[in-house]
Amino acid sequence: MPRIIVDVMPKPEILDPQGKAIAGALQRLGQTGFSAVRQGKRFELTVEGEVTEEILEQARHAADTLLSNPVIEDVTRVEVVKDATIGVGE
Amino acid sequence: MTDLNQRVQSRLETPAEARNEHGHDLGGPAAAVEQIEGRKFNIDTVEHAAATPDTPLPWAELGLKEDEYNRVVEILGRRPTAAELAMYSVMWSEHCSYKSSKVHLRQFGEKVTEDMKKDMLVGIGENAGVTDLGDGWAVTFKVESHNHPSFVEPYQGAATGIGGIVRDIISMGARPVAVMDPLRFGAIDHPDTARLVHGIVSGIGGYGNCLGLPNIGGEVVFDSVYQGNPLVNALAVGVMRHEDIRLANASGAGNKVVLFGARTGGDGIGGASVLASESFDDSKPAKRPAVQVGDPFAEKVLIECCLELFKAAVVEGIQDLGAAGISCATSELASNGDGGMHIELTSVLLRDPTLTPGEILMSESQERMMAVVKPENVEAFEEILAKWNVEYSWLGEVTGTGRLIIDWDGETIVDVDPRTVAHEGPVYERPYHRPEWLDGVQADSFAGERPSSGEELKAAVLELMSSPNMCSKDWITNQYDRYVRGNTALAMPDDAGVVRVDEATGMGVALSTDCNGRYAYLDPYAGAQLALAESYRNVATAGAVPMAVTDCLNFGSPEDPEVMWQFAEAVRGLSDACMALGVPVTGGNVSLYNQTGGVAIHPTPVVGVLGKFDDVARRTPSGWREDGQAIYLLGTTRDELDGSEWANLRGHLGGRPPALDLAAEKLLGELLVNASRDGMVDAAHDLSEGGLAAALSEMALRFGVGARVGLDEMCERDGVDLFTALFSESQARAVVAVPRSEEVRFKDMCTARGFAHIRIGVVDAENQALDFQGHFSLPLAELKDAHEATLPKHFA
Repeated sequence: MPRIIVDVMPKPEILDPQGKAIAGALQRLGQTGFSAVRQGKRFELTVEGEVTEEILEQARHAADTLLSNPVIEDVTRVEVVKDATIGVGE
Repeated sequence: MTDLNQRVQSRLETPAEARNEHGHDLGGPAAAVEQIEGRKFNIDTVEHAAATPDTPLPWAELGLKEDEYNRVVEILGRRPTAAELAMYSVMWSEHCSYKSSKVHLRQFGEKVTEDMKKDMLVGIGENAGVTDLGDGWAVTFKVESHNHPSFVEPYQGAATGIGGIVRDIISMGARPVAVMDPLRFGAIDHPDTARLVHGIVSGIGGYGNCLGLPNIGGEVVFDSVYQGNPLVNALAVGVMRHEDIRLANASGAGNKVVLFGARTGGDGIGGASVLASESFDDSKPAKRPAVQVGDPFAEKVLIECCLELFKAAVVEGIQDLGAAGISCATSELASNGDGGMHIELTSVLLRDPTLTPGEILMSESQERMMAVVKPENVEAFEEILAKWNVEYSWLGEVTGTGRLIIDWDGETIVDVDPRTVAHEGPVYERPYHRPEWLDGVQADSFAGERPSSGEELKAAVLELMSSPNMCSKDWITNQYDRYVRGNTALAMPDDAGVVRVDEATGMGVALSTDCNGRYAYLDPYAGAQLALAESYRNVATAGAVPMAVTDCLNFGSPEDPEVMWQFAEAVRGLSDACMALGVPVTGGNVSLYNQTGGVAIHPTPVVGVLGKFDDVARRTPSGWREDGQAIYLLGTTRDELDGSEWANLRGHLGGRPPALDLAAEKLLGELLVNASRDGMVDAAHDLSEGGLAAALSEMALRFGVGARVGLDEMCERDGVDLFTALFSESQARAVVAVPRSEEVRFKDMCTARGFAHIRIGVVDAENQALDFQGHFSLPLAELKDAHEATLPKHFA
């Protein structure tokens, strides 16, 4: 069954306390190869049957109105994944 | 998308393309980092500004009026640089300069007697006022607004409201010990109200609980006038030893200036983003978000770090960064001290390296502090910051030049007299006049339904106690930690929040915040006084001696002469009443422009009163427990239903608010404090919104203990009917529960002081009801269900 992947990231200007905490933890654990961490979130919306443009539009709407907080977050991806293969989303 | 979303979006939208970030030395041990790579701007230097007098600047977009801009040019003798423009525009905004309110606020400093000053260690003008508690202890408290950010982004807006007020308290040298939140929302059943309630309440809980600070009280009011302008006020209180008091000033030429805490990012710049033009760089996003995201764990570390710095006495002056960020901190520190400071702005540690100098100066990134440190203490300072893993960078030093000079990579981009930025901004004598509509409103006294039969009155009490403003607020306050730190002696739903200050002696403080916006709408002078009277009464009811006042004055647009009149009247009323009660205003905040589409909120002067206990063990709870104790009503009841909760439930708002007698309030306060100190009362509750009906209901529900009440004698004495006795909101009244053994002494005390008192009932632990004898009986289970169901029904 196809799934629609929605990725949401904190806006670049906005403080990301979780990312900051992870970056600090990496340093403490000696994994020093990273200069910054920002943590977003990923949603998987499962669809029965085929993903029509209409359903995809619904997903974009959900992404903008429910899954993300447009004041402090950006939707960075709305994309269809067919089983294990990557489909063509946007 | 809803209208609201569009409004929020249109204000805040930033282009979706993500920008690359170049972090520097993230998370490593605290270190002062030099970083200028990757930031090449065409900098508008002072020299450049002098040479290009005709360059157009976006002063209007930054909110400056033409005459204000001209004054900046006059002060500087040339056009400002982009960075100077950023500083002046933000520091001369209403929020930072108090330009409309200043001429009125002076009364708080003028209407003060010598007696009122005796316990005031620090008055208005510093980050927060400080009051002496004796035994070497001092307390500092202040209430501030975070209204607009909380409408745009409820969770972070409310959370950073707590963060900001707590930093004010830390910067006085105190350990924050409790917070409170007076809140105003729109109509409870409006679709947007749930968004705000959920976001704001969890934001307050999220930030406050993570900081480990008890939230000991506040208010929650629903009224459609606040639909587009919810009020999120935040109060914090802190305690310190006298020797720990710190002030925001930069003295001693050669002392070092340091910025520490979180890094500076692009958040909270909002409208200032027009300054992007200063960089002549088209690749930048057109707008920056106007909101900030807080990190309570970073703030907790900052609190502990600052307290250790104070203890080690390694900072000379300190200032938190709130509104206007570095602009505010540098100009205030410099102008409060010897008047000069020279800093290098590229030394500021950034989270976002694309920020322009103007944006860095205006950024409102949270959890930052600025301090002044003597050169010989630099090492000790660095050791303490390293221990707490707090990042810092040395920005420059204090000078004796009287100028605030800010360089960018060695080139001067700001050269100003800091006083012209921080203190000598524009002052407006805005025109004001009494609204013509007020006479009509005041003439329209409540003439609605007055239930009279027992059945009707019972239904009326249930309706009152389940109404949005009188219902149990447990659903909200249960999301806050009220007892963390183990010093909370009373919290919601009691009249005042009480925290112990000195664990050895039990000495502590009580706090209450109150305001009835409907009263202030009917008469702003009286309304502000009534807010103070209620708050004062609440503190005294808990058993504490009222000592100091803080206020958060929430109003509409000062450019509307009728709103300005409401403001002027409220300040005049509050300052007069403070003098009459002998409690000084030690600090506060003004929030103007709370209006949408030309319609202002009710004038909402929220007043916080702080009182002192010699021993918090003597506090008086708001509910009775002991069977057989006598219930007394103190004060007299008149037919005063205008502006009341009952009139509100019947959709009426007109007439005049209840009459105020400050001498009676003061006397009642003394009686309640003495009764508590001498163990003459076991429970006390003030009468305010909802009158006697609400007070008796809340006292019975507090511990689930009923009572038998007879009001006939009181009705006869005061010449009112039973409905009026229950629902009138006459002032200077309280209900107390007196142990049998103390009854004679209590009555003698009231008689000796000439204060009206009458026995209206007896605590009855058996019957599980509030029994209004001869009229109706209200089973506690039914009352409790009605009282507690409202908020969960709308929000759970």
